[in-house]
Amino acid sequence: MMKRKFFLLIFSGCLSAIAFAQDAGSLLQKVRDKLNKVNDYEATGRMKTNVSFLKVPEADVKVYFKKPDNLRIKNEKGISLVPKGAVSISLNNLLKGNYTALDAGSDVIDGRKIKIIKLLPVDENADIVLSTFYVDESRLLVLKAKTTTRESGSYEVEMNYGKYADYALPDKMVFTFNTKDYKLPKGITFDYDDGSKKKTENNVNSNKGRVEISYSAYIINKGLPDSVFK
Amino acid sequence: MFTLLQIELFKIFKRPRTYISFAAIAAMILIIQLGLKFDGKSYLQLLMSGISDSFYVPYDMILNGYLVAFVILNTLLIQVPLLIALVAGDVIAGEANMGTLRLLVTKPVSRTELMLAKYAASVVYTVLLLIWMALLALFLSMLFFGTNDMLIARNDSMEQISKNDILWRYIAAFGYAAVALSTVAALAFLLSVFAENSIGPIVSTISVVVVLTILSEMKIPLYDNTVKPYLFTSHMLAWKGFFYSKANSDGQAIRGSVENLPAILRSLGILLSYIVLFVSSAIIVFRKKDILS
Repeated sequence: MMKRKFFLLIFSGCLSAIAFAQDAGSLLQKVRDKLNKVNDYEATGRMKTNVSFLKVPEADVKVYFKKPDNLRIKNEKGISLVPKGAVSISLNNLLKGNYTALDAGSDVIDGRKIKIIKLLPVDENADIVLSTFYVDESRLLVLKAKTTTRESGSYEVEMNYGKYADYALPDKMVFTFNTKDYKLPKGITFDYDDGSKKKTENNVNSNKGRVEISYSAYIINKGLPDSVFK
Repeated sequence: MFTLLQIELFKIFKRPRTYISFAAIAAMILIIQLGLKFDGKSYLQLLMSGISDSFYVPYDMILNGYLVAFVILNTLLIQVPLLIALVAGDVIAGEANMGTLRLLVTKPVSRTELMLAKYAASVVYTVLLLIWMALLALFLSMLFFGTNDMLIARNDSMEQISKNDILWRYIAAFGYAAVALSTVAALAFLLSVFAENSIGPIVSTISVVVVLTILSEMKIPLYDNTVKPYLFTSHMLAWKGFFYSKANSDGQAIRGSVENLPAILRSLGILLSYIVLFVSSAIIVFRKKDILS
């Protein structure tokens, strides 16, 4: 009798785990379906880059996307240094391919109930080791995604939605990424030393970069030529 | 005074050696431009090595006329003092060597006026050389390479300046460089008073500039806080300060700003003090000098 109860317990445990897994998987599928409503877009935005060793002005940028995973950030009036991960770690990229989705619990962000889902790639050699999605269940929107990669450290994308929420397109996106130390020999730069106090040790060694894009307008599903992404 | 200046300028520009500097600058600038036109990407890859792992670097956009001009000035403003010494070191000693100095001081002008006119002529030559350099380094590069935002590599950071925020910085930098090079002219002018032929002051000026530049560029704590702040060569690179912007609290570069304007003005003041010191010393020595040549 005791033995039967034990098996029932194990069996029900396994069933609930599978049910949760399916729940996470189906939620992600719904999110993916929502993302799939957008075939292409052209967005206008303003980009702010905050990296300890980079001093760049705010830039007006255009962001182009076309299915399946073409993404391009362009500064029409000048130069913008775009973090590599901001393009390769887009939501469409993260949600494509084979993975196992695991329910990692719930949380509340800005008063909204959030489902936390972890994505493990099936391919053992994939560059992405683990992704964690914070999904707004009621609106089917990804509010935050954390990604750990094998080669390039970890990334974090945070998104705020507004008038384009129906297309799962954010009004503001904040991308946080790892940076390496920057140092060039004085023999190359002939830098001018004005004798002022240099940056604090904390700033110099800060190895986190942050790029923020505030979108002002989207043109959705109007078609984009492939030449934009070359 | 103006007539004296005209006569001195006539003498300077009558000598073929004056034009060596203009030809040398043109040759150096064209060589650098040509090199960067054909293999600029390799140079940029070296400069951008610290960020190319984390960022997409649009090399073809970064290699533009403004950056090329900056690279040229970075290289040339270390060599140009030598060309300035070539003329400024000759203004008195050259006349002494030719035996025309004694004749010159018999004219009904004061020795002070004569010296000021000679120094002013050296400064005019310096400014003309810089204008020539600006035409070739900046405007020719803009023509060859186009324009875009400018990225400047520093020892521990990288600066980006919007293309519509650059030109005034170049004007300010060339203005500053004119003062910096006039300091070298003043030194050569001072040394010229003591010599009977121009080789001595030219070589001496070059030697002083080279030795002091090495001292200024070396990172040795013994010199950093003792000697370096007082060497004029430590302040000659301050023209670059016009290309460093201030950042706001979010780390964004502020358009139209200069990171440390007081430091640049302080450096400018030190250079002007050196000019006053060198030129007035030259005048005092020359006024008391028994001219036998």
